[in-house]
This record gives sequence, C-alpha cells and structure tokens, in this order.
Amino acid sequence: MESKKPSRRKFLASGAAVAGAAAVAARSASGQTPGLVPVPTSEAGKKAIKEMVAYGDRSKFVTYVREPADGRPSPDAFGLTFHVVTPLGESVGSITPSSLHYVAAHRGFYVPEIDPKEHKLMVHGMVDRPLIFTMDELKRLPSVTRVHFLECIGNRSTARRNTVAQTHGMTSCSEWTGVLLSTLLKEAGVQSGASWIVSEGGEEVKGASSVPLSKAMDDCLVAWGQNGEPVRPQQGFPLRLIVPGFEGIYQTKYLRRVKVVDRYYMTYNDYGHLQKDPRTIALTEQIGPKSVITRPAGGQQMAGPGYYEITGLAWSGGGAVRRVEVSTDGGKMWKEAELRTPTYRMAHTRFALPWTWDGKQCEIMSRCTDDVGTVQPSRAQVAKFWNEPLTPNFQVKGADNTIQVWRIMSDGSVHNANFS
Amino acid sequence: MRTSPKLLLAALMIFGVSLSAQSPTYHLGRTPTPDELKAWDISIGPAGKELPPGHGTAKDGAELFINKGCVACHGRNGEGGKAPTLIVPKGASTAPGKANPEMDMGIQAPGLMAVSSPFATVMWDYIHRGMPLGREGSLTADEAYSLTAFLLYKNDVIKEDDVLDAQSLPKIKMPNAAAYTEHPEWKHGTPRLANYP
Repeated sequence: MESKKPSRRKFLASGAAVAGAAAVAARSASGQTPGLVPVPTSEAGKKAIKEMVAYGDRSKFVTYVREPADGRPSPDAFGLTFHVVTPLGESVGSITPSSLHYVAAHRGFYVPEIDPKEHKLMVHGMVDRPLIFTMDELKRLPSVTRVHFLECIGNRSTARRNTVAQTHGMTSCSEWTGVLLSTLLKEAGVQSGASWIVSEGGEEVKGASSVPLSKAMDDCLVAWGQNGEPVRPQQGFPLRLIVPGFEGIYQTKYLRRVKVVDRYYMTYNDYGHLQKDPRTIALTEQIGPKSVITRPAGGQQMAGPGYYEITGLAWSGGGAVRRVEVSTDGGKMWKEAELRTPTYRMAHTRFALPWTWDGKQCEIMSRCTDDVGTVQPSRAQVAKFWNEPLTPNFQVKGADNTIQVWRIMSDGSVHNANFS
Repeated sequence: MRTSPKLLLAALMIFGVSLSAQSPTYHLGRTPTPDELKAWDISIGPAGKELPPGHGTAKDGAELFINKGCVACHGRNGEGGKAPTLIVPKGASTAPGKANPEMDMGIQAPGLMAVSSPFATVMWDYIHRGMPLGREGSLTADEAYSLTAFLLYKNDVIKEDDVLDAQSLPKIKMPNAAAYTEHPEWKHGTPRLANYP
C-alpha cells in the first residue's frame, strides 16, 4: 500500500500541472529522487495547482474549438448567435464535451442568464391539474440518465463544406439527466382529446415548438443535467426539453412552459417545417439512420501508406445503431465495422475498422443500419426515390442522412467527394 | 412527508382505483393562480382561442412600424434591411423557396409569414412574443393587432381599413391556407417514411 502513494501523487500532479510535466522530467534527469514531484514554482505551475481545485482546463497543447457554420458571422450584426459546429474531426468516443457541443438557433439568440432559484416550469392546457414546478421540485422527482444525440436539420454536406465539422458538425451527443416529461404530464393528468404539446423556452424570443403527444409521453426528457453537471447555459440552463431522435429545433432550451393542446399549434418554429408534401414533412421531424467517418475525413492529411484505423460516428433518430459498414473502394465492397461504444437508443455510437492504405487514390464511406431495420441511403438512392436526376445540385429533402463519401488522393489529402 | 410510490400503488390497488385515471403520484408542484396562467400563456393556436381583447388596423400598424423601430432592421418598406423581408415587393414571386441556399432547412422564405403561413395567428403570436428585438414582449395587444394588419395589408391579404381583433384574425383566409398538409402521426420505433430508401 505504502508504495502506491508516491505514484498516485505523481499521477495527480502531472495530470493537472500543465507546465509541470516538463519540469518534472528535467528535475528527474538532474538527479532528484525518482517518483518525488517537486512543488511547481513557475506561474504556470501555480495556476495549475489553483485549477486543480477550481474548474479544470484541458492541456494547452489541445487547441481545437468550435467554428461558426459556413463562416457565417456569429454573433451577427445584431449580436445574435447562430449555428456553431462541433469539431467532429477531433471527436473521441461517443460523448461530445459540453464545451464543444454545437449551438444552433432558429432566429439567433442571446444566451440568457437564468437564476435556477427563480426558474419555474408550468405544465398546463388540457390537463386536470395545471402545475408549476421549481427546479428543486423537479430534482426531487424520479430521474433518468440517458445518452442522446442532438442534430440540427441543417446538418448536411454541401459542395462548399469540406471538413467533417462543416458537413456533420451540427450534431453532438451528451449524457442527459432529468425527469421524464411523461412523469410531469401524468402528475398533471392529460385530458382525453389532447394530441400535441407546445414546449416554450424562457429566452428573449420564447421559442416554442409543437411536439406530438405520443412522443411527449414516450421518451422525452426534461433535463437539468448534462455530462455530469448542470446543463450548460448555451444548451438551455437550467432546464432543457430533450426530444430524442427529433431534429434540434424541438429540443427547447430554457424550458419554462409545456401546454397540452388538441392540434398542431403552428408556432414560429413550426412554421418553418410546413411543407406541401406529406412525405417531406415526415422527413423533417425524425432523424434517419446516419453515419460519417470522422478520421480520415475531409481536410485531414494522411501521413503516408500503411496501417490506419478508419473511425467515425453513427446514430439514428429511430432507435439504436445495429450495424455500421465501411467501404474503402467507392461503395463496391462493404465490411462490417466494430462498434466501440454502447449502442444506446438515439445516441452517437463510435465505430472503427482496421485498414491498410496502399497510397493510391480511393473513396471511403460508411453506412448505418438502425434497430428499426432502416439503412442509411446514398444520394443516388434518394434522388431515385424523388425521380430527380443525381446532379451536384440535387438537394435531399428534409433531414439529410445520406452517405458521406471522402476521397483520399495519392498525396494523402482528403476531400468531400459527394459532389464531384 | 412524501408517500412512497410503492405504498401508493398498493393503496390504489387495495381501494380498486385505476392508475389510468392519472392521479398524481408525487404531489409536488403547486397550482398556478389564474393570473399566472394568463400571464404565462402566450401561445396563440390556429383557432385563436387565446387571443386577448383589443383591435388594430393597417393604418395604425404603418405608424407603429416606424415608431417601434421595425424599419431599422426590416427596412423602410419591410424589405432590404438586415433582418428578414416582411413584405414581398410587387411582382416578385411568392412561391415558397429558400432565401439562403446554405440554410436549406425546409424553411419558406424567412419572415414571409404573411404569404406562406396557413394561419394569421402565428404572425400575431410571433410579433407579440418575439418583437421588437431587445424589447420582446413589450407590445400591447392593440399594437400586435395593428402590426399584423399592416403586414397583411402590405402583402395584399386584407384591406387597409379591415379591423383585426380576436374574432376576425383567426378567420383571415391566408393565401397558402390550402397548400399545406397535416402533420403525419408519429409512432415509436417506426421508419420516418415508408418505402424511403
């Protein structure tokens, strides 16, 4: 037991001391007792010690961050934040760090500062007992913790988007903790004849969406926790509605009100969904099975021929990922990839396939099958469904879940090959 | 004291009360007062049941469009500003389409609710809850009726002296009222669309 102490101390210190590691190595080399860590005296070392107690930072050598979608200024001319994407090319495992979660807003928004002591949620409308809950009361109710992805319906590959952050970065995955919306609705007592709910946020525009009651009673989550801590302000602190598998706009941030109603309520957010074709409406609500290779991916550079692990993320709005296949020859042959993380429903799942690159130009891609049995389609298949010619201008209607093709050139550069 | 769910379930079974009656289980939360319900419920459905008393015309709305600062962002004639176009220039197409090809989210030309929304109620709802930027929720009911009337008049949906109120607003026949289909029913564990690849 005694012998374990120094190594544990060393681990803790070197893990947090940003500049400490180099100092430790230097002092060890200069003849100090191995295993004993001197107290850092540099300014960086002092900061590291302080931070070990406070909210920890990542290494200064890890620098990737989010970026505004399509370089659109965010904040814009009005100071409003629009779409900001997750750096998926650097993604590890299946959970997105809260600090790197994508941010999207229908109108654009300012992040409100909401005091959780003041925040309340009202459940009313076609219920027997309208109720107002405080945050403390919500936390006393039975909680569930579930891993779910969120995805903006604008998350799609275009000819101008080359990196996987640009083509697919408007999806992220978190572990959410909260109370099931069905628990709250049962407490209030939903009346017969009700068929939809309207969920409303507390930000300045009070963004609201209509959600089918069948979905609200199925698996929607009123979340106060995200990745082991309170939901982040950019993600809806202190309370966010999670509508698993539905597109991002349904995931109402700063949730303050749930109204039970008897029809589609046509909010400003809903108004954007209106389509003349019922088939298109069906494709704008729930996200289809989808996957993308995150390494090697557009904008990255291969180090040369040899062994690589092809890896990426797969998810579906309809359920769990059942399998992922990868092709390295432009879609002629498919190999089953290994699933490296648990396959939760409506959650990112990490897949990987061992591969040796021969240094020649090739096209790699992945496709996902969910546990409903739906298979991720190619752009060609979707164009055929709509009886439209497959040209670079062909736009997938609704949420785009088509296969992403990356072209690796013989010089090792990787490009978006969906449109050329 | 909190009653344990198990105890409650046992009690319910003993007394023959069905759980499907949705009796409260946890007895947390409080009943909102009528004033709270009224103040919080800003949703206006297509039937307009929640519309408050008040009225307004396009003429009043034209003045408010300037006095409330709408012109600063949306442009003097409801177009050409930094914020979305609100009034379709004469002769321009009103067909639904993408205003910004990089943001194809199935959205009709942003802002053009007067010509693409099937119900006028969503215009009143959004102006009332979401405008003006930075002073959201500050408009009175009369002002929201007037601004809605102004935008509908400028887009040739109503006449200049039509009075909008809780009765007349939901009855407005919108140009695209018949052009939309109902939302399909959502079912757990089913594909988005049958036969879609």
